[in-house]
Amino acid sequence: MEKFGAEILVDTLIEEGVEVMFGYPGGVLLYIFDVLYDSPINFILVRHEQAAAHAAEGYARASGKVGVCMATSGPGATNLTTGIANAYMDSSPIVAITGQVTTQLIGQDAFQEADAVGITRSITKYNYLLKDARDIHRTIKEAFYIARTGRPGPVLVDVPKDVSSTRAEFEKIEKVGLRSYNPVLKGNPKQVRRAAESISRARRPVIYGGGGIIISGAAEEVRRLAESQQIPVTLTLMGLGGFPGTHPYFMGMLGMHGTWSANRAVRDCDCLIAIGARFDDRVTGKVDEFAPHAEIIHIDIDPSSIAKNVPAHIPIVGDVKTVLHQLLKELQTTAPFDSTHREKWLEEIGGWEEEHPLHYHSSKNSLKPQFVIEKIYELTRREKPVITTEVGQNQMWTAQFFKFDEPRTFISSGGLGTMGFGFPAAIGAKLAKPERLVIDIAGDGSFQMNIQELATVAQYKIPVKVVILNNQYLGMVRQWQEHFYNKRYSHTCISCQPDFKKVAEAYGVKGYRVEQPADVGPVLKEALFSDEPAVIDFRVEREENVLPIIPPGKSVYDTILAPPPKRRQPSRKGRRMK
Amino acid sequence: MSKHTLSVLVENRFGALSRISGLFSARGYNIESLSVAPTQDPTVSRMTIVTMGDDRVVEQIMKQLNKQVDVIKVWNLSQHDAIERELVLVRVAANEKSQDQVIRISQNFGAKVVDAGSGSMSLAMMGDEQEVENFLNLLKPFGVKELIRSGLVAMLKNGG
Repeated sequence: MEKFGAEILVDTLIEEGVEVMFGYPGGVLLYIFDVLYDSPINFILVRHEQAAAHAAEGYARASGKVGVCMATSGPGATNLTTGIANAYMDSSPIVAITGQVTTQLIGQDAFQEADAVGITRSITKYNYLLKDARDIHRTIKEAFYIARTGRPGPVLVDVPKDVSSTRAEFEKIEKVGLRSYNPVLKGNPKQVRRAAESISRARRPVIYGGGGIIISGAAEEVRRLAESQQIPVTLTLMGLGGFPGTHPYFMGMLGMHGTWSANRAVRDCDCLIAIGARFDDRVTGKVDEFAPHAEIIHIDIDPSSIAKNVPAHIPIVGDVKTVLHQLLKELQTTAPFDSTHREKWLEEIGGWEEEHPLHYHSSKNSLKPQFVIEKIYELTRREKPVITTEVGQNQMWTAQFFKFDEPRTFISSGGLGTMGFGFPAAIGAKLAKPERLVIDIAGDGSFQMNIQELATVAQYKIPVKVVILNNQYLGMVRQWQEHFYNKRYSHTCISCQPDFKKVAEAYGVKGYRVEQPADVGPVLKEALFSDEPAVIDFRVEREENVLPIIPPGKSVYDTILAPPPKRRQPSRKGRRMK
Repeated sequence: MSKHTLSVLVENRFGALSRISGLFSARGYNIESLSVAPTQDPTVSRMTIVTMGDDRVVEQIMKQLNKQVDVIKVWNLSQHDAIERELVLVRVAANEKSQDQVIRISQNFGAKVVDAGSGSMSLAMMGDEQEVENFLNLLKPFGVKELIRSGLVAMLKNGG
């Protein structure tokens, strides 16, 4: 049957299960938008293309499905790039469709022409320039297949205007396969056996889990491994929710702003089971001193993640869930572990936890950002909300003080660290999970990077909640200036800012401002449990720090810890442990 | 740091070459030479890449290449028995006095005189890395005016 290119495109999207799309129109997309006009796809018009890509990622990460965004040629495509790069770093499956100038004009410096495929080559898993309407169906199907399989990632399809406007024969293909692309799912049985032996031999094992647990849907398998083998667990930022945050074996996040107990446990462990994690520099700090005594088992679907930063003794390439199934089965036939050693190890970790727990000094008069997060947790834990964050202190405090018990309930920009990610990601998450409460925990700097999306939530009545921890600073950078640059606060003070309550109201969104600790609970109750979007501006203590912190490139012994809980001292400066 | 010859079988698709060369520059790996052309199957191209790096870097390069959607297979030929050849076009200064010597060197290396003009001769030579180097060293005293190398192409012995 013959159809217009734009029709083939939209039909294929529907066939791939697309229900929601985020984007922004433009001249070269007009044929496609004309078809979208009466398609069943719920198209969300954002106010900046970057937000479309983040929203698609939020949708993908909350649902596990592929998120889709669309933007026009030239500036539309270049505005998408930050969101595409974010999805690439965090292995999120999104398909980005960009319009392109007509094929005859490509290379002529035409109006709104940019080489989208060239620009996004290093930040996509794969990308295509469509040159023939007959290729649309197969290409879109391949794009979805590549985006969601193996180590997921963004795929871009660039569609010239004439390709969407010409008619072509539309022949459905059922299955796509690529001879050059066959991700390995099953772990090498010999390696799995070695891993099982190493685990049962270990006296001080630690599970170090990352985003791969969530992507492959292996939270249950990780819990079974931890419980059956009595192994304490730490997670990366991307891994949060991959193991219950309230589980007695959970030590908290590791790395730069990780807990003292998690980082000490990694330092002293004799067997480190890395699951779907990639030994990022924010996790390892000084590489030579990261798990120096451990036999390292590294399970990951991406061979290039293994031994990239830290050599692995037992590398296992495969899908995390599949490999964990193999491993759990294998462990049934290996010698039982010595539980007295495990008990002792868990006790020792408990000691570190007691020694330096995560904490902050509460105050009756001023608002502590950590207090706001604890309060949100307390009030919403039963609803199991989806929490997104921006980047910086807001993100780290959330990771520290909110407890995530379920996968896909914490969505944050891990690899790229994109300010402005959280709000559009929350929009995407809410469209994926309309029944869930969705909250963006933001900073005043980050929120201003995509503040225009207030119009989007107002237009479509998307009831996401934005909690601003407003310290009128680019707080994380200011904190580094305090620790490492003699408190010279070069260009990090942003006290010149709008009244966020009024900005929200100007967009037709409910706004609040909270300055007193006593008002936190009542305002949260009203704002979070209403069925409309809301912005709450919490005027928090300005120079509160995220602690502990391991200075970049240093080891756990260089940790700057929060002052001890009992001794009340006015100074908030950290104490250095040696 | 040592030299490695990588042989990469890739889909002959739009953008495959720039995706692979872009990977090298984006991740800070160096390319000493790169040659690419279709194989007996026109949908597949063969790239031969000569790169420098220690074992860990070369292992990462191999993994990153394998990860590319377009890449069908990668071999590190430096770890195998392989046939390596390079084509060299070189123009050397030659007058009536030195002409015979240049021709004699060429004959020794199986090179061909492909052009001769006033005061210079152009030679085409094919050989492995060592032969090419020896050949060029012998020509150097005469004065090399222009040198063009194809980059290495290589093949596993006995069909791998």
